[in-house]
Amino acid sequence: MRVLVRPKAGILDPQGQAVERALPALGFDGVAHVHVGRLIELDVEDASRLPEMCERLLANPLIEDYEIVEA
Amino acid sequence: MRFGVLRFPGSCDEVDAQLACERVGEATILWHGDRDLQGVDAVVVPGGFSYGDYLRVGAIARFAPIMESLVEFARAGGPVLGICNGFQVLCEAGLLPGALLPNKTLRFVCRQVELVVERADTPFTSACEEGERLSIPAKHTTGCWYAPPELHERVEANGQVLLRYAPGESFNGSLADVAGVCNEAGNVFGLMPHPEHAVDPLTGSTDGLKLFESIREHAGARV
Repeated sequence: MRVLVRPKAGILDPQGQAVERALPALGFDGVAHVHVGRLIELDVEDASRLPEMCERLLANPLIEDYEIVEA
Repeated sequence: MRFGVLRFPGSCDEVDAQLACERVGEATILWHGDRDLQGVDAVVVPGGFSYGDYLRVGAIARFAPIMESLVEFARAGGPVLGICNGFQVLCEAGLLPGALLPNKTLRFVCRQVELVVERADTPFTSACEEGERLSIPAKHTTGCWYAPPELHERVEANGQVLLRYAPGESFNGSLADVAGVCNEAGNVFGLMPHPEHAVDPLTGSTDGLKLFESIREHAGARV
């Protein structure tokens, strides 16, 4: 399974901003809305427990959104 | 009175915190893997990089065995001071409101900062005066305090912001220049700057000592 964790919309994302500024400097134009998050890969026996894992440890729901993806 | 100072793998300011506590009372280091708070009157969660800051700052440390005892201690009204990484741990543990985000510059910053005391009627600031400025060093990469709007409003309305960066002093992007907040009950307090590094004239300021003196006053009154 994969868990994608990203900063909540509207929250200051200096990492995303830094990448967004760096790409044009390398000649890659036309890049906008860059956000940097985390990818967590894991094998779980009971995938129904993943949301709780996300809420309690893998993400901080106050500042991050998470998405569970079957890999 | 006796302080307990937690030590996690990766803590690095626990000895300075212990020395600061010893200027106003006794202090014992408490190991993260133990559960016994040894009857201390107040607990300091010190700065550093607990558990390597893996996943998110403070995220793993909150599950340390000693944290269960700390949560009980805090719920019973015991005074808890979280400094820097300790502040991050207490936020992750749900003992303090909000979360700490990377500094807006993404840079590690280490410098003396001016703080304004918002309230002087709390167990952590009673040795200060309202509106007083404190000069205390800050050193962190992840110190931008954030809370969603409704939570931030509640924190302000309850008077939980005890310290703010003085105008022009906030380098990390914290919401409303918040440098330190307490819980609703007022017995758990966390801040990003390091009062334990400002207790000796040799290092330029003794303003940090006032926080430890406040805790001693309060603990003395509590006993």
